Amino acid sequence: MKRKPNARPRRKTAARAIDFQTDWTYAPAPESTGHIQLRERYGLFINGQFVNPKSGKYFATTNPANEKKLAEVAEAGIADADRAVRAARQAYETVWSRLSAAERGKYLYRIARIIQERAREFSVIESMDGGKAIRESRDVDVPLVAAHFFYYAGWADKLAYAFPGKTPKPLGVAGQIIPWNFPLLMAAWKIAPALATGNTVVLKPAETTPLTALKLAEVFRDADLPPGVVNIITGGGATGAALVNHPDIDKVAFTGSTDVGKLILKALAGRKTKYTLELGGKAANIIFEDAALDQAVEGIVNGIFFNQGHVCCAGSRLFVQESVADVVVEKLKERMETLIVGDPLDKNTDIGAINSRMQLDKIQAYIKIGRDEGADFYQTSCKLPAKGYWCAPALFTNASQSHRIVQEEIFGPVLAIQTFRTIEEVLEKANNTPYGLSGGVWTDKGAKIFKMTSKLRAGVIWANTFSKFDPGSPFGGYKESGVGREGGLQGLMPYLQLA
Amino acid sequence: MSSRTETMPVFPDLSRVSRVDEVGVEERVARFQKRSIKKESKVHALRLALSMMDLTTLEGQDTAGKVRQLCYKGRHLHDAYPDLPHVAAICVYPSLVRVAKQALAGSGINVASVATAFPSGQSSRKVKLADTTFAVSEGADEIDMVISRGEFLQGEYAYVFDEIAAVKEACNEAHLKVILETGELSTLDNIRRASVLAMHAGADFIKTSTGKVQPAATMQVTLVMLQAIRDYYMETGRVVGMKPAGGIATAKLAIQYLVMLRETLGKTWLTPTWFRFGASRLANDVLMQLVKERSGAYQSLDYFSKD
Repeated sequence: MKRKPNARPRRKTAARAIDFQTDWTYAPAPESTGHIQLRERYGLFINGQFVNPKSGKYFATTNPANEKKLAEVAEAGIADADRAVRAARQAYETVWSRLSAAERGKYLYRIARIIQERAREFSVIESMDGGKAIRESRDVDVPLVAAHFFYYAGWADKLAYAFPGKTPKPLGVAGQIIPWNFPLLMAAWKIAPALATGNTVVLKPAETTPLTALKLAEVFRDADLPPGVVNIITGGGATGAALVNHPDIDKVAFTGSTDVGKLILKALAGRKTKYTLELGGKAANIIFEDAALDQAVEGIVNGIFFNQGHVCCAGSRLFVQESVADVVVEKLKERMETLIVGDPLDKNTDIGAINSRMQLDKIQAYIKIGRDEGADFYQTSCKLPAKGYWCAPALFTNASQSHRIVQEEIFGPVLAIQTFRTIEEVLEKANNTPYGLSGGVWTDKGAKIFKMTSKLRAGVIWANTFSKFDPGSPFGGYKESGVGREGGLQGLMPYLQLA
Repeated sequence: MSSRTETMPVFPDLSRVSRVDEVGVEERVARFQKRSIKKESKVHALRLALSMMDLTTLEGQDTAGKVRQLCYKGRHLHDAYPDLPHVAAICVYPSLVRVAKQALAGSGINVASVATAFPSGQSSRKVKLADTTFAVSEGADEIDMVISRGEFLQGEYAYVFDEIAAVKEACNEAHLKVILETGELSTLDNIRRASVLAMHAGADFIKTSTGKVQPAATMQVTLVMLQAIRDYYMETGRVVGMKPAGGIATAKLAIQYLVMLRETLGKTWLTPTWFRFGASRLANDVLMQLVKERSGAYQSLDYFSKD
């Protein structure tokens, strides 16, 4: 049989598209909420008890998917923060620092097991209070929470082996402030290494997502953790400031925005208090022409639309090699059309609610900025619920380094796409940011992966995958993305004096 | 329904075939498997699965009697349940095509025949074409051919391409399904490459397996083939069908395949015209689930006919 000359047909994609408007649709599959127990009002968890705040103030925490109030929580003032720090100090001096390391480990193992047993309840509350899809809270957040406690439980009596030749000693009282994007997971990232190393804790969860931390207090009680070892005070920025400014704190661990991180550094200047800061990011996710493109598209989706884009290590800057840029963007848009946005408690939901009205306003403001800057905007056509805070997955093509949507952290489901021609070009652009938390490289060529990962200035770099976490892997930023590492053996160091 | 390529097939530029990352494929499949399909949505999917079925018997001991019984089953899946669809096709060896054709007259069910020295494909081009011509002359509406895996694994892609094109020509008006026998191709990259070869050579459908080699169809392999179909469609505008075959024995798994199909290729492919299940055991499990959705209880398997 004769063959025609090998001419590749030009792509004519405009006329062809995959139609996802099928007759067959998925019926609602909501996770039940009947099994969870929430009080109408929560006090502060200090010295093993829920106590009324001295401030006398309470605020409501709402479900961002329907704007309904879930519970009232106390707003801790300066006197409350002081009370919590004093409880932590007393527990440190009288109980926790005197306990054998193996005993500390036992408490952590017990906490991990109770979290596993109550995983369903925690997943549902996490989704209700924060808006994230139950698929993620069930399959990602809560299993990782338990894994973190298990992991650091193992280190508790092996610290001498972690740091040979040194005598590791705890610092004392750790003040920990966590964000609203992974409320329970960030609590675990902070509390587990602090307790394993023999410190006591005052934790302040985020204003919009306090509930799972308060449920965690119940776990500590059920585990018979000695009173005062972990104290949980709720509130907003002022409560966080009261904690940071308390003179009897030995260590501050903060995860949140770079702006607040800078304020904390100023407050800590001249003090002996140690600190770790895990701040913002604007990660470069880089797709080379020799990548497995269909899987890379999945990686792009996981990178930017995971948790509604409320992820400090989100792959929010996409770099695609020019030779495959059209194909990748076309595949990506198509894949985005299949993402289900809606009720966070529905098991089929891919993308849940934006965490708060404030955050939604910020995301929408950035979308306007991007459009004004002249980048090409695309957003999926999915229907959004009438009540609640929602943002359909979106992207900008033809973005450039000088655009604010490329430079600044949006913290929402909005991707900025740029193209590149060479390795040198993409390295320069990827590193041309004040941030350096994470990055992604997609190529079928192993040598290229090593070349890229050794030259990208970021704390975590994923190769041919994205948004993967493990308690054994250290996490943290270069430049304005933070100071110090959490997770892994490295995550022990910020909670120890190594003499 | 026929979509014969009017022009001579063009050998594809295999250097442009996208690579496949196995870990990524596993992850994507896991996402499909976590979709929760309930109530009316489940009933819709189950009925769709029945209508997409290629009810198959490919045994050395097959007889006219056995094939007639199977054909009756294909027309009357479960008469106790009204308004069920019939299956898409009955799949048999060439020697039994005529029997099946008579038994299915007027039913709207196609007769599919395996051909080309099925299942190994280890014979001469001449014998394979004769096998195909015979099946077509006996009345087969669809031909399920096997590719020469040995030639493919030796890198003789042009040989494989030419062979498919030749069989396609011998099919005349019959639809051609090309079996890649993915269980013998070793890597997902190979499966993607073989899919591209088959489509460019004129396949109307690409099919995973003969059912005689393990592993047969898997969701991972099927996803790679669906993505190849999608890219081919975007490039040429021609719709190619997909048939996973072998190993799909439960309704739950069939629904997961349909979820994958829906979210990869969408509306156009979500019909028996462009998607088939090659199965011998699946039908009764789907029927049992359908009855359960209506009655609320699982019936004994003895309520469902075994043909």
